[in-house]
Amino acid sequence: MTLTPILTRNWGTERSWTLAAYQAQGGYKAAKKAFKMTPEQVMNEVKDSQLRGRGGAGFPTGLKWSFVPKDNPNPRYLVVNADESEPGTCKDIPLLMASPHTLLEGVIISAYAINAHTAFIYIRGEVVHPIRRMQQAVQEAYDAGLLGKKILGSGFDLDVIVHAGAGAYICGEETALLNSLEGRRGQPRLRPPFPAVAGLYASPTVINNVESIASVPSIIEYGKDWFAAMGTEKSKGFTIYSLSGHVKRPGQYEAPLGVTMRQLLELAGGIRDGHQLKFFTPGGSSTPILTADDLDVPLDYEGLAAKGTMLGTKAMQVFDETTSVVRTTLRWVEFYEHESCGKCTPCREGNWWLGQLLAKLEAGKGEEGDVDKLLQVVDTIAGKSFCPLAEGALACVTSAVQHFRDEFEVGYHTPAWEHLPYELSAVFTVPGKEDEQ
Amino acid sequence: MTHEHDFADTGFLDTTDQSTAIDRAALDQLEAIAERYPVKRSALMPMLHFVQAIDKRVSPAGVEAIAKILEITEAQVQGVATFYTMYKRRPAGRHHIGVCTTALCAVMGGDLLLEQVEQTLGIAPGETTEDGMFSLEKVECNAACDFAPVMMVNWEFMDNMTPEKAEQLLDDLAKGRDVTSTRGPVLTSWADNERVLAGIPDGKANDGPSAGEPSLEGVKIATAKGWSGIPKGVRS
Repeated sequence: MTLTPILTRNWGTERSWTLAAYQAQGGYKAAKKAFKMTPEQVMNEVKDSQLRGRGGAGFPTGLKWSFVPKDNPNPRYLVVNADESEPGTCKDIPLLMASPHTLLEGVIISAYAINAHTAFIYIRGEVVHPIRRMQQAVQEAYDAGLLGKKILGSGFDLDVIVHAGAGAYICGEETALLNSLEGRRGQPRLRPPFPAVAGLYASPTVINNVESIASVPSIIEYGKDWFAAMGTEKSKGFTIYSLSGHVKRPGQYEAPLGVTMRQLLELAGGIRDGHQLKFFTPGGSSTPILTADDLDVPLDYEGLAAKGTMLGTKAMQVFDETTSVVRTTLRWVEFYEHESCGKCTPCREGNWWLGQLLAKLEAGKGEEGDVDKLLQVVDTIAGKSFCPLAEGALACVTSAVQHFRDEFEVGYHTPAWEHLPYELSAVFTVPGKEDEQ
Repeated sequence: MTHEHDFADTGFLDTTDQSTAIDRAALDQLEAIAERYPVKRSALMPMLHFVQAIDKRVSPAGVEAIAKILEITEAQVQGVATFYTMYKRRPAGRHHIGVCTTALCAVMGGDLLLEQVEQTLGIAPGETTEDGMFSLEKVECNAACDFAPVMMVNWEFMDNMTPEKAEQLLDDLAKGRDVTSTRGPVLTSWADNERVLAGIPDGKANDGPSAGEPSLEGVKIATAKGWSGIPKGVRS
């Protein structure tokens, strides 16, 4: 296995975020190439590359584009989902900061393929500097004739609007994002109709993750066969794996789909000195956790589905043996409780109840049977909400109980912080608390 | 005296404070934001960010102005303002401090950092110091997990925090010394950055590095080993 830097390859170069630097290393060649093709040819190239959505669901990108009805008279819109908020996920924000033109070139090519003349880049609001870089990239592109009227002499018009969110995880769900972009509360919409038919302003809309759109220029430049030669049978191409937590060198590792956690951990220098792996998420906190038994599972869509989990956003949060799984699960559940949009009662109330039970267990005040009660609450939420937010919350609870039931039952008599002192999992020593370590 | 400012915890708009600094120029700016979009209601969120830049909170006057420009009701504006955590009911501090305490950051030290910041500033999350210098928030995952534990100041990254760095940071800010974000510019204020979120550039895009070290780990290894993703013979 070797790493394959494509999206990340220019991240460390001098003023990588500027148009001049991007063009100096061949940037916007793919857009020029695309304009010599028909929109159908561009769409087919992406479809045949078998690129699948990199934002979590893994839906084939080209197929999503092809759902836009040809006979709909309304304007079409392209919306880039840069609301990166899934716990553990930290790949899109560095891309926006280091190479916003990679995304912008992808936007130009993708908008051309679906014949959209307005595109939006919806970025979560809590990251001001990446937003600055994206705003500047768009301005540079207008000034250079890469956006606006008849771009690159092609006769194709495109406007791009950078839009900052205001703090709501739920807006990463595509229909909630559309509501938010329309100036409404970010609550998911019932589907059908799907956004491809009735999305933004009830017009045909394609919504893709940053990494998906940013992958398009390389597919156009080097070809579908080059892309599809990487990866595994049904999970083609390269992707950015994000490692965080108790590893020696957390960070972004771009590799062909199907690498294993063992391989990634080796590149990241392994678990911090003197410690062992306890559990990890394969694709953010909404994907069921795995353990050291799963180090050789291929990290692709099928490999992880076979283990009852998901590739998600390819965000490996790694925890060593000092970590309380009860504490971690509680904090994930509190995240979902906080971020539930409130639309569906099972999600809004159910996550609150999960939090109550987990807090009791964390404090060592659980009662016999509370772990089963936890799973009963899970049952009352599962499959009973509009969008996948609630399912994500359940994924961490059920998988944590499945792997570490004993540790939850310790909560019937002993606080988690006594069972596994919390200071030990911190990455720094706390003044005055050295003795405890 | 401290006060809570998050809508999420305290309900609706604070109508007891009618003060505003919204003038003709600010109204013109709000109208200009509305014109960016094919359908003007889409401008509601950037307009709320702009109101915060001017009034340090979502002010009653700001809500009224937005409703008028967008031709929607004030209740509709408030309905949106109260949904999103970045909109504040009461004035935020000059510097808005965020400590990430979602699972991974919490475990790696975020909980300890939050405790420390609370003690140093003498306020709880959701509160602003009496002198208006600092407000504090427990933030949810900020997409910087490979830099954990993470703090945010005015929504700029302060990566790989430790108790010593946090202490120094708060001291420097309190004394008005320059503090540079680990991946961004010298910190100015929360309100200044709200302008950027409203879509008004501040000319600082070229400040700071292209990326932090963790973002480059994979590329570094690939370069050292001669690995590449692009086809052989293609110049990169």
